[in-house]
Amino acid sequence: MAEHVLDVSNLSVEFHTAGKVVEAVRNVSFHLDRGETLAILGESGSGKSVSASAVMDLIDCPPGRITSGSIHYRGEDLLHMPAGRRREINGRKIAMIFQDPLAHLNPVYPVGWQIAEAMRVHGMPAGDARRRTIELMGRVGIRDPEQRARAYPHQFSGGQRQRLMIAMALGYDPDVLIADEPTTALDVTVQLQILRLLQALRDETGMGLLLITHDLGVVAEMADRAIVMNAGEVVETGAVRDVLRHPGHPYTQKLVAAVPGQGSIRQGAVSDAEPILSVRSLNKHFGAYHALRDVSFDLHAGEAVAIVGESGSGKSTTARAIVRLDDADSGSVHYGGRDLCALGEKEMFRLRRDIQMIFQDPTQSLNPRMSVFQIISEAWRIHADILPRNRWRERVLELLDLVGMQAEHADRYPHQFSGGQRQRIAIARALAMQPRIIICDEAVSALDVSVQSQVIRLLDNLRDRLGVAFIFIAHDLPVVRDFADRVVVMKEGAIVEKGDVVQIFEAPAHAYTQALLAASLEPDPDRRGGQHRESA
Amino acid sequence: MGRFVLKRSLFSLVSLFGLLVLVFFLSRLTGDPAALYLPVDAPQSVRDAFREARGLNAPLISQFGDFLVNLAQFDFGDSLRRQRPAFDVVMEAFPWTLGLAGLTMVLVLSGAVVLGALAAIKVGGVFDRISSVISLTAASAPDFWLALMAIFIFAVGLGWVPTSGTGTPWHWILPVAVLFVRPFGLVLQVVRSSMIGALSSAYVKTARAKGVKQRAITFVHALRNAMLPVITVAGDQAAGLLNGAVVVESVFGFPGVGKLMIDSILQRDFTVVLAAIMVTSLAIFTMNLLIDLAYALLDPRIRY
Amino acid sequence: MTQTGINGAPAKSSRKLPTWLGLLLADKFATAAVIFLSLVLVAALIGPALLDEVAGKVAFRSRNLAPFQLDHGVLMILGSDSLGRPILARIIVAAQNTMMIAGFTVVAASCIGATLGLIAGYSRKFLSDAILRLADVIMSFPSLLLAVIVLYMLEPAVGNLVIVLAITRIPVYLRTTRAEVLEIRERMFVQAAKVMGASSWRIAFVHILPMVLPTLLTIATLDFAFVMLAESSLSFLGIGIQPPEITWGLMVAQGRPYMNQAWWLSFWPGLFIVLTAMSLNLISNWLRIVLDPTQRWRLEQRRETDHG
Repeated sequence: MAEHVLDVSNLSVEFHTAGKVVEAVRNVSFHLDRGETLAILGESGSGKSVSASAVMDLIDCPPGRITSGSIHYRGEDLLHMPAGRRREINGRKIAMIFQDPLAHLNPVYPVGWQIAEAMRVHGMPAGDARRRTIELMGRVGIRDPEQRARAYPHQFSGGQRQRLMIAMALGYDPDVLIADEPTTALDVTVQLQILRLLQALRDETGMGLLLITHDLGVVAEMADRAIVMNAGEVVETGAVRDVLRHPGHPYTQKLVAAVPGQGSIRQGAVSDAEPILSVRSLNKHFGAYHALRDVSFDLHAGEAVAIVGESGSGKSTTARAIVRLDDADSGSVHYGGRDLCALGEKEMFRLRRDIQMIFQDPTQSLNPRMSVFQIISEAWRIHADILPRNRWRERVLELLDLVGMQAEHADRYPHQFSGGQRQRIAIARALAMQPRIIICDEAVSALDVSVQSQVIRLLDNLRDRLGVAFIFIAHDLPVVRDFADRVVVMKEGAIVEKGDVVQIFEAPAHAYTQALLAASLEPDPDRRGGQHRESA
Repeated sequence: MGRFVLKRSLFSLVSLFGLLVLVFFLSRLTGDPAALYLPVDAPQSVRDAFREARGLNAPLISQFGDFLVNLAQFDFGDSLRRQRPAFDVVMEAFPWTLGLAGLTMVLVLSGAVVLGALAAIKVGGVFDRISSVISLTAASAPDFWLALMAIFIFAVGLGWVPTSGTGTPWHWILPVAVLFVRPFGLVLQVVRSSMIGALSSAYVKTARAKGVKQRAITFVHALRNAMLPVITVAGDQAAGLLNGAVVVESVFGFPGVGKLMIDSILQRDFTVVLAAIMVTSLAIFTMNLLIDLAYALLDPRIRY
Repeated sequence: MTQTGINGAPAKSSRKLPTWLGLLLADKFATAAVIFLSLVLVAALIGPALLDEVAGKVAFRSRNLAPFQLDHGVLMILGSDSLGRPILARIIVAAQNTMMIAGFTVVAASCIGATLGLIAGYSRKFLSDAILRLADVIMSFPSLLLAVIVLYMLEPAVGNLVIVLAITRIPVYLRTTRAEVLEIRERMFVQAAKVMGASSWRIAFVHILPMVLPTLLTIATLDFAFVMLAESSLSFLGIGIQPPEITWGLMVAQGRPYMNQAWWLSFWPGLFIVLTAMSLNLISNWLRIVLDPTQRWRLEQRRETDHG
């Protein structure tokens, strides 16, 4: 049997932190050859990144330690070779790109210099390195590479920066490219472009691609084989079709089932009654930047309206304008017969109880120094007329139960909970005000896929039981499919399409909506890029 | 970026002006200004004559007007003790202070940057711990005490260097050494923590993935990013030195601006005091400008 | 972006030692620093009451004694001056003024600076800028010289000394508080509180201030050392504390003419200044780690291994 280009066998890595030893990776094995794409699929804490970091010698030892296993590159033992030889292989024959390209590029040096450095350090003369840099920059789709090579990372967009990182990795035609969540931080439409680029480069150069991701859509789109990791172990491996279509392990089954946007679209209840919230012609400028252009939509009682858009679309700005966190320049928000935008602080105070908000980052949205009880009951401290003090504890426990938490959680602190639990606490806090409308500003975007679906189910549940209306803000379409009644699509501050959820998903009218839909990757390997593939 | 620098410059000028105005009014309003200029036991007639001669009986506004006019011409009047223009007296002393401060800061920066970078590479290692102890002790030592001890041990006790005065390069050793200690300790701490931050950043991870050697990672990738906060602290320290290292100059008999200022205050030579304030403030202002420029040079995000 | 989390970890289990003490003992240097500082504080509080007489008593028979000779009594262990007064006693007595001046200065500067910083961080742009400019103006004055000049013109009473020193230190607290407030303001839990209808007062005092206090405390500790050094310099130059009041800085100055014959007169007080400043630095470092939840594990780790 010919040896694999990259062969990881029984790898175990542990970390010493906070007086404990954490086994981040346990007996993980996988292999990769040229021309094929292997996806490592897992949620956060699964150990997928650590496994890849071990290959690239990026684990800090201490506090990390490789306790067992081997990593072979073309038969050579990476873990026990002299540092000089290892460095030769890293960057030349095995290259890596990372998740957040802005943080991973040195802000004080021109990008051309940084890309050429990847080649210079391995002995290429400076002139050749420069030429190759320009060539690579052009190949990855940067226009005007001669000029742009002198620019700095902050002068590029997110997608462009990732292209630059890819260029940086390709200098010596590596055998293996490791991509650690390369598109997670990017907009959905940009993500598709980057993945296409990776595919094209892979086909051109014949390199092997090790793709680390939590997104089943990406796995389905890109990979030939996949391994699934959970809590440091490999729970399933196989060809992509098998793993996604017929998952064997319960964890994989859970993951596959949790992917949003499967099954039938929610048959939204379209109400003819008067809307409870009417947003009309909101406009906002940040200096010269026109953030909101004439944004208008309605919300009916008990209904869920999703606002979908990529970064810079104005969706969060709209939400903040409605709750008067950042006032709009012009326009109106009608609620209960009044225009919220025209109210003074005192009058707004009385209405605040009816409209509450849940934020994106559960780590940050709870005061780390307040207990869960204090966080939830703060609502009643501020609005003394909702609930008498002697009933606070009782009600906090009721709310915790409503959101699926336990009574003993009331006296703990936010850092003792997981992301999903913190988001539940945030929901309980919002519910404490007994609102009629809850605005979720990317409330599930920062959560693991399996947790996302739980939280969305909870919100759905609350809508049915309590009749609360929702404005649900998201950056891609699939996640709203199960939850929204109507969808509003925004781009660059303006609404490009509005309609009920069935229409948006099945017959999108605007080109941008169509593009957004097309860029949402389905976890079905036979539906790559909209084409059907013959079974492998 | 030009606007940024311009704003800051204008601002420093305003502060400088404010300082002079403050001193002016303080000197006029806190009792008899003549008392500040004349010996304590000067008879009343001398005081009156003095006041008349100096125009101190004129209305405050016109005094202030004269003050401003003279200020524009760098005319602070004559030193009462030396019978020479105060401004000239100060400008004679300034090069000594500049020399001391300059030499000290060069040594501080080179020493602290190298040591701090090396300490940051292996946090908790032997080197790091030694440099932590050094920086802690250095940052806690009062310069006047160090000066006295240094003279006692090295000049008087061992006789390696002269005790005070100027004239030979040997005379500079102790003053610079004493001045060096505290800024070194402080800058070292900042370099170390800044470098630790830079070395654990994401772009350093990229460099390692590319195969860049550790030395290049430390001194090419991390160092430049780490320098930004260091420059701020170093600038503060340099400003302190430019103020005239009052104590060190006094103890070592260095004829710099600091010593001049103290002597002038104790000798009640107020024109020299005013001139000295102006000169040092201008120097600090220039230095702040240079620091802002250094910032822009180091960090392209400010430039573009 | 995906989340990592611990699933409902149990609340802190009870330990034999109170948490703070345990964390302190984990850092040996900080422990030593606290012990030393406590001794200094005790000296500052009761020193003058106990030793004022002894420190002031002129005794020609025991003048100019070199240190480490015990035949004239324990108090002479650090030597004595030309009037026969024991240095150790004088140092203990002088501790009170040294600590008091630095203490009052830091308290005044931190309260005023933090309040201004809170206002600057939380109010409209105009007011915020104005306050910041004020801080910049104060910072750009050559502080030591300004102190010298002002004290010279206004006479160096203890009150004036504290006022002048405090004014020069205000900008440090102001800028730090303002920067922290600006950053915390944007955090989501503050936004959430606003959406709930919390008033600005509530947000400032219930949400923001508790998060700023740790940083302030850390800075204040360092600042104490700085002010102590500054006061010492001023006293050394003759512009600070005037006799018969005494501080460590003044003691060093008074010993200067006798350097050749009696080096210990200047050495010991200066050494105490150094040790006190070092202790404050160490405690400040410890505070910084303890009060930062993400760094605390370093000390907790050591604590765990110590207790097995």
